[in-house]
Amino acid sequence: MKLRLILRRVAFLIMVVWAASTITFFIPRMSDRNPIRERFAELARTGGFSASDLEVIVASYSKKFGLDKPLLEQYTDYIGSIAQFDLGVSLNKFPKTVTSIIYDSLPWTISLLFVSAILSFVIGNLLGAVAAWPRSPGWLRAVATPFIMFTGVPPVLLAIFLLFFLAFKLKLFPLGQAYSTGIAPDWTFSFMLNVMWHQVLPAISMILGSVGGWVLSMRGMGITIQGEDYVNFAEHKGLDGRTIFRNYYLRNALLPQVTGFALALGSLITSGSVVESLYALPGLGSKLGEAIRANDFLVIYGIVLFITMSVATLMVLVEFLYPLLDPRIKQD
Amino acid sequence: MTPILQIRDLQVSYYTDLGRATALNRVNLDLNAGEKLGLVGESGSGKSTMALAMMRMIKAPGRIESGSVTVGGVDLISLNDEEMRLARLSRIAYIPQGAMNSLNPVMRIGAQMVDAIKAHIPNMSKDDMTEQCMQSLESVDLKRNVFQMYAHELSGGMKQRVCIAIGILLKPQVIIADEPTSALDVVTQRQVMETIDRVQKEMGTAVILIGHDMGLMAQFVDKVAVMYAGRLTEVSTVRDMFSKPMHPYAQALIKSLPNLSNKGVFQGIAGLAPSLLRIPNGCAFHPRCPQAMDVCKTTVPDVKEYEGNRLVACHLYTEGA
Ligand SMILES: Nc1ncnc2c1ncn2[C@@H]1O[C@H](COP(=O)(O)OP(=O)(O)OP(=O)(O)O)[C@@H](O)[C@H]1O
Ligand code: SF4
Ligand SMILES: [Mg+2]
Repeated sequence: MKLRLILRRVAFLIMVVWAASTITFFIPRMSDRNPIRERFAELARTGGFSASDLEVIVASYSKKFGLDKPLLEQYTDYIGSIAQFDLGVSLNKFPKTVTSIIYDSLPWTISLLFVSAILSFVIGNLLGAVAAWPRSPGWLRAVATPFIMFTGVPPVLLAIFLLFFLAFKLKLFPLGQAYSTGIAPDWTFSFMLNVMWHQVLPAISMILGSVGGWVLSMRGMGITIQGEDYVNFAEHKGLDGRTIFRNYYLRNALLPQVTGFALALGSLITSGSVVESLYALPGLGSKLGEAIRANDFLVIYGIVLFITMSVATLMVLVEFLYPLLDPRIKQD
Repeated sequence: MTPILQIRDLQVSYYTDLGRATALNRVNLDLNAGEKLGLVGESGSGKSTMALAMMRMIKAPGRIESGSVTVGGVDLISLNDEEMRLARLSRIAYIPQGAMNSLNPVMRIGAQMVDAIKAHIPNMSKDDMTEQCMQSLESVDLKRNVFQMYAHELSGGMKQRVCIAIGILLKPQVIIADEPTSALDVVTQRQVMETIDRVQKEMGTAVILIGHDMGLMAQFVDKVAVMYAGRLTEVSTVRDMFSKPMHPYAQALIKSLPNLSNKGVFQGIAGLAPSLLRIPNGCAFHPRCPQAMDVCKTTVPDVKEYEGNRLVACHLYTEGA
């Protein structure tokens, strides 16, 4: 039974990959911009080779990448190469492969996205739980309110605001980039510190933009759970407040939030891309932005596919982990 | 013999938007160790309020206004919060109305029981705790392996038994069971009541059973207390209560029970239960009482003791004397 479920989920992931790659395949092709031509037109201007040479070069590269074939054939070729885990090369930056672009930018995205997603989840849910708990001290409950006010403010706006005031005006933080210019990336502590220093503002924008949602939903959940008979009975048993809060209240109130976490990652990636671009962090989002501007479609396909795949995998993972948290859910 | 439980002048109000509702009005009650009392009364008469007040679990907007609840010589109302927390379950236990949802769905039954012991005896060894929980489960006719199970794996009757097992875990001197069988089928009702009965006899605990079903109650309790609009109107032995109830409300309750002579037809009591916000002056029952007199409209009848240790609050028996 377990095996069948796993097979079903793998089939689901394959469907997701297929659907995502099909949808993303055709959209960039509706534009008549040619990334190869754009690249060599640039070279032609600076390097000084003739317009007719340019046409020859573009044609030969198009042939090399199979862009001269009919669109439908290109589509089947593309799906075929994905099936072999080959995402192709950047048309704009070849011989760089799409895989290497993703590989290089992934650490930046993971550190920003996951750190802020997890911090925001933990902070938001704790604040929400405390805010709904009738026995929490008043000042602790009040802490939640300002966070709620940020709900609905897009992280991008917060990012712009923070960038302008804290980095540009007050010069408290760097104006973007992954690390200070002039130092080389290595695994030393001082370099790490430098990187973290550059991630403070983007992370704060991401956290502030999403924490209020957790506070709100958790507070609502908490109000429901705190009235449950089992929380009441726990108090009748003479348990101390902390045990009731942790074992009877928080554990139950958190269950739907965990499902929400996987869903929230999807939208976090979207806002994360914009924040990354704004702070010039070389993450997946920035790379995707660059690729879109150059209509570098193999890179667009690759990154979109990778993100879709990651979110879908995380959701499947949550589904498998959920029964560990809630014994009522049995997989079969 | 001093009663194990003494309630004196217990008064509880709920402060609602519409005003102050007196849900418990100067209630007095004594209960001896090993005695079983049935607490009956219409819905909203204040039975659960009385139980919760005894546990000091009245939540806002409710408040215990005054009175004392003495269990084994200790007045619970005068304890501080931490002392009261420790008294819960170890001195006085409450088995809740709605046991169906009283177990945490994401914790094993055993863990929930161990939590309860740990809260009172933190340095007991883990094995001893497990053993004590399993014994408690066995004494309510559950298998030891229920310890490993989750609430959703149990039937309604089993969940009710688990709640009872938790209630007796620390051998309290007083156990209150609030409608312990109301959500169960008739056969299971009997079995659960028999379990409570047996456990109670073994431990010599005083038990208060709250319920609507006078018939079921009559088979298991020694005394019956009838509550009306937050006041105890009559406390008598089962025999006295059923053969010659004194208070007119108790009489109406007994008469309303289905029996052979009225062919099992349920006869309600005429009139509506009063709103606690506007309790009638004098005897709260007077608008519905067939034997009401002038004095009933103005003066609250005091509780007086009559032959056979009966307590009755009614002018009928004091006016003539
Ligand atoms: N939280 C509350 N706020 C306001 N009024 C309340 C609250 N809880 C109870 N009451 C009032 O107190 C009165 C007594 O309620 P209680 O629950 O004690 O009745 P009960 O006799 O247990 O009824 P039932 O048989 O339905 O369980 C009711 O009239 C109710 O309106
Ligand atoms: S005191 Fe009067 S109104 Fe109340 S029950 Fe007795 S006779 Fe009826
Ligand atoms: Mg009740």
